[in-house]
Amino acid sequence: MSAWAVNLAGMAAIAAIVWWFWLSRPNARRLTGAGPIEVLVDNGVYTPGRIETPAGQPVTLRFVRKDASPCAEKVVFDSLGVSVDLPVDEPRDITLTPPAAGEYEFTCQMRMYRGALVAR
Amino acid sequence: MNAQGDSSVSRLSISGMSCAGCVATVENALREVPGVTAASVNFAEHTAEVTGQVGTEQLVEAVREAGYDAAELRGLADESQKEAAEFAHYRTLLRKAAVAGAVGLPLFLLGISGYMPSLDTGLGRVFWLIVGAATLFVLIYSGGHFFTGAWKSFRNHNANMDTLIALGTGSAWVYSMAVTLFPAIVPSLARHAYFEAAAIIIALINFGSALEMRARGKTSEAIKRLIGLQPKTARVIRDGQELDVPIERVGFDETLRVRPGEKIPVDGSVIEGHSNVDESMLTGEPIPVPKQTGDEVAAGTLNKTGSFLFKATRIGHDTALARIIDLVRTAQNAKPAIGRLADKISAVFVPIVLIVAVLTVLAWFNFGPEPRVSYMLVTAMTVLIIACPCALGLATPISIMVGVGKAAEYGVLIRNGEALQQARRLTTVVLDKTGTVTKGQPTVTARVPVGDWNEDELLRMAASIETGSEHPLAEAIVAAARETEVSLSPVAGFAAIAGHGVEGRVDDRTVLFGNQKLMNDRGIGLGALTERAAELAADGHTPMYLAVDGAIAGVVAVADPIKDDSRSAIERLHDAGLNVVMLTGDNRATAEAVARQVGIDEVMAEVLPGQKADKVAALQARGAIVGMVGDGINDAPALARADVGYAIGTGTDVAIESADVTLMRGSLHGVADAIGISRATVRNIKQNLFGAFVYNTLGIPVAAGVLFPFIGLLLNPIIAGAAMAMSSVTVVSNANRLRFYKSAHTS
Repeated sequence: MSAWAVNLAGMAAIAAIVWWFWLSRPNARRLTGAGPIEVLVDNGVYTPGRIETPAGQPVTLRFVRKDASPCAEKVVFDSLGVSVDLPVDEPRDITLTPPAAGEYEFTCQMRMYRGALVAR
Repeated sequence: MNAQGDSSVSRLSISGMSCAGCVATVENALREVPGVTAASVNFAEHTAEVTGQVGTEQLVEAVREAGYDAAELRGLADESQKEAAEFAHYRTLLRKAAVAGAVGLPLFLLGISGYMPSLDTGLGRVFWLIVGAATLFVLIYSGGHFFTGAWKSFRNHNANMDTLIALGTGSAWVYSMAVTLFPAIVPSLARHAYFEAAAIIIALINFGSALEMRARGKTSEAIKRLIGLQPKTARVIRDGQELDVPIERVGFDETLRVRPGEKIPVDGSVIEGHSNVDESMLTGEPIPVPKQTGDEVAAGTLNKTGSFLFKATRIGHDTALARIIDLVRTAQNAKPAIGRLADKISAVFVPIVLIVAVLTVLAWFNFGPEPRVSYMLVTAMTVLIIACPCALGLATPISIMVGVGKAAEYGVLIRNGEALQQARRLTTVVLDKTGTVTKGQPTVTARVPVGDWNEDELLRMAASIETGSEHPLAEAIVAAARETEVSLSPVAGFAAIAGHGVEGRVDDRTVLFGNQKLMNDRGIGLGALTERAAELAADGHTPMYLAVDGAIAGVVAVADPIKDDSRSAIERLHDAGLNVVMLTGDNRATAEAVARQVGIDEVMAEVLPGQKADKVAALQARGAIVGMVGDGINDAPALARADVGYAIGTGTDVAIESADVTLMRGSLHGVADAIGISRATVRNIKQNLFGAFVYNTLGIPVAAGVLFPFIGLLLNPIIAGAAMAMSSVTVVSNANRLRFYKSAHTS
C-alpha cells in the first residue's frame, strides 16, 4: 500500500469525523398533535435525539429511562435551567417553553447523552 | 413537571367541602381536566379518586380553581426502588467484569510468562482462533452495551465514551482476528494478537463502572437521610378512636396524636397539649423548640417530652420536609460557571480523541520503526481507551451533589450553583442587626419620665400609641405594658413615620413617639434627656422619646439581646478572611454598642428599610463582593442586590425565595457553615477538574507515544484501561470527601 494512500485515507477519516459529528445534523422529529412526545433514554442515546417544536409554545417531553447506568439518571436542559431526575422505568414528563427560535440542547450530567429541542 | 403513567389512579385529599353540593362541584372540576376519564369524591373521607392520563399538579390546580384545596395522598417516594435498580445494575457490571476477566487474565498471564503459542504455526493459529471466539463472546456478553451505545450514538451524529471503548477494543479484536486468519498480510514482527487486551479492558471498565456506582450511592446520602425522616405511619383520631394508618392515608384537617419520642408525620398546627420538639434534623437548630396550642409543627421532626394533638395542614408533597427535599434535589442539579469550560470541552471531546487517534496512526505509519503496523494499532487503541470524558463531565456535578447535601445537614439550603461559586470570592459579609445578630425579641429595659410623668404613665402612653404599629420594638413596649397591667387607651389618627417613629392621638392628646431625629424635626426640646438617652444607647439599648402635646414626657428604652453565639460566629467569619459589616435602622450609638460586643468591623446605622439595598450597592461600588445576611421578607431587596443573599432563621418555612441561600437555623454559625461548605465544594470541583484535565492532557499524548522517541516509553493498552476505569472512581471518591466536612462550630 502506498504511503500516499494511507495518508490520504487518514485525512479522509479526519474530514469524515469533523463532518459527521460537528457539521451535519440528524433529522429532527417534528412534534405533531397533542400529548407528550416520548423520548427513550437507553444505550447512551436519547431517541429521538432531535425534536422540532414551535418557539414560544409549551411542549411536553416524556422521558422514559431504560438504561440503569448512573450516566442516564438526570436530564439537563442547561440553557433553560431545567434538570430532572429520571428513575428507571418511570416516565417523567417535562413541560418546557423554548423562549425563542433556536437549539436547546439536553444532555445527561456528563454530556455524553445528547439531544436537542429545535424551536422554529 | 410531574410523573405520570399511561392511565393511572391519583388519590387526593380535599379540604373545604361542607355539603353534598361541594362534592358535585369538585367532581365536575376534576372531570373537566383534559385526560381525566373518571373522578369520584368521597364526602365522608374528604378524598377524591381520579383515573386518567394526567398529572396530579393539574388536578390540584383544578380543585383550587373551584374554590377548595387539595393535595395528593402520597408519602414521600423512598429511594428503595432506585437503590434496588442500582444494586441490580451493580451486580450485572461485576458479573460482566468477572466473565471478561476470566477470559482475559489467564491469557495475559500466559503472555507475560512467554508460553503463548506462535501465530506462525498451524496449531498456534487454531489456539488463537479459539481465543478469538472466546473474546468475541466477551465483547458481546460483557461489552455488548458499549457497542450498541456506540452504534446508536453514531447514528445520532454523536460520540461518547462507548464510542471510544467500542472502537478501541473492536479494532484490537478485528486486527488480531485478521492476523490469526491471514498472518501473511503483516510482516512477521507484527504477527501478534491482542485478544487479551480487549478482554481485560472490557473487564476493567465494567469493574470501574461498578466501583463508580458504589461510590455514587454515597453522594445521595443527604437525600436518603431526609426521606428517611418521614415516619411510615401516623396515629389519626377518627370517630373518637386512635388508629395507626399509613402516612399516605392522612388527609387534610385530620387530627393526629404524637407521643413523646415519636416523629411528627405531617405538617400541622397544635390544637391540644404541649411539648418540646427537636427540629435539628431539618433546621440544624440543636435546642428543642417549645410547642403549644396554635404552634406549627413540621413533618420529620421529633417530639421530645409531651404528648399533643395537632391538625394536619400540609400533607404529602406539600410538607416542609418534602419541599426541603425538592429544594436540595434541584440545587444538586445546579451547575456553577466554573463547570462551563469542562462542559464545552466534553461536548467536543470524543470526536477530538478520534482525530488524535487517526493522527497517531498516521504519525507511526510515517515516522515509526518496524513493526509499524503493530505500533499503529497499539498506540491508537491506547489513545482511545485512556481518554476519559466521564471524569471531565462528572467533576462538577458530583461535587455539587455532595456539597449541597452536606449543607442541608447543617440546615443550609443552597439554591443555585452561582451562590456556591460566589461564596469563594466574598470579601464582605453584611449582617442585618435585628433578628440576625440579636434575638429579634426586644424587651423594655428602662423608663425615664420627666416633669410630672411617672414610669407607668409614660409606658401606658407609649404602648397605647404603639398598638397600631407593627414594628418589633412596638411589640416589646405593648408587651411590657401588659405585664405592668396598665390599661391602654385607643389611638386615633395613627401614622407611622418610616424609620423614625409614630404619631397619633391618645386620650385626645397629640402623641409623638420615636427617635431623636423625629423630635428635632418637630422642634421638641429634649433638655438633659439626651445625655441619659446617649448613655442608654452606648450600652446597646434603643432609646425612644415620647412627646405629648408638643412637650417631652420621657424616654422608653428597649434592648434586643444579642444571640449567645453571634460573637463566636463572627469570629469564624473573620477567620475566613471576611470583613463584617452591620446594617441597621437603629441609632448609631446602639448599633455601635452591639457591634463592639460581637466584634463587628463596620457599622451602617440609621438606615431606612428602603435604603438597605443601596448600602449593599455602595459597598459593591467600593469593590467589595458582598454576602448579605438578613430576614428573607423585609430584607428581600438587599438580599437580591448582594452577590450572595443569605436568608437567616426561617425555621422550617422554606417558602422564601428571595435568597440564594436559606439558613433554617437562627444562628449566625449557619452563615459561616454556608460559606465554609461553599468554599470546600468549589475547592473540590477545582481539584476534580484539575485532575481530569491533567489526566487527559498528559495521558492522551503519552498513549500516542510522544515519549517513545525520547525514553522509548509506550503505554500498554491494559494499563490505559485500568487508568481510565479508575479516573471516574477517583473523581467520585474525591467528591465523597466532602461528606466528612465538619463545621468549626459544634453545638
